[in-house]
Amino acid sequence: MPGMKSHFSRRLLAVRGVGMKAVDRIEVCEEPLNVAAEYTALQGNSGDGACALFVGSVRDFNAGSDVCGLALEHYPGMTEKSLQRITRDARDRWSLGRVTIVHRVGPMQINDEIVFVGVTSPHRQAAFAACQYIMDRLKTEAPFWKREAVADQTGSAAERWVEARDSDAAELEKWSAG
Amino acid sequence: MVKVLFFARLRQQLGTGELSLGDFSGSLGDLRQALCAQYPDWSVHLQRDDIRMALNQELAEPEAVVNAGDEVAFFPPVTGG
Repeated sequence: MPGMKSHFSRRLLAVRGVGMKAVDRIEVCEEPLNVAAEYTALQGNSGDGACALFVGSVRDFNAGSDVCGLALEHYPGMTEKSLQRITRDARDRWSLGRVTIVHRVGPMQINDEIVFVGVTSPHRQAAFAACQYIMDRLKTEAPFWKREAVADQTGSAAERWVEARDSDAAELEKWSAG
Repeated sequence: MVKVLFFARLRQQLGTGELSLGDFSGSLGDLRQALCAQYPDWSVHLQRDDIRMALNQELAEPEAVVNAGDEVAFFPPVTGG
């Protein structure tokens, strides 16, 4: 049905033409994040006056141990659906321009960026709030799991799954009140 | 046929990441019971209160109905970000 496809493409272009700003970029990748490039792509064409960013990185210390490295596992398919749903819900709550969520998976090292969340909006309040909301939801429902390599008392490396924090669930509750 | 997936610590504890159930009908909770009946060693891991369940890549409750061709997943609380 080539006729239908071209009709659909034209409609898609028309929709994007009207709302150039309302673009989502959601990606799960194994390569290191390029924060500068993500910011440029996010803010460059948005036309919005406000842009809020959150970048999460691998810590060198967690739960009383030195951390030497980290690996992230995820549930391909469900991960993307989950991030899309969170983005949709954020757009329902605030007037947003562009939204970018890039989350890294696989092995990584100390200080590597794990996640980039960026939101543009005409006003800073919406950008700040939406960025925090997306992270709070991501932390409690997007299917990612961290596995740390830690140095044990003898100095040799051991691996452990990172435990979920109750405080992350508590952070989420403030959004249900609003 | 129902595809069943396990992730992260649970995948390691059970020693498998994926299996297929040939002729299952019932709820998500029933499916978990059926797995524990088939593999008694799994109960202690699979029946934990904090284990989450997904049906067709959406978080789901034990009452959710599982149909042929569905994809079911069990996993521990998520720790991304």
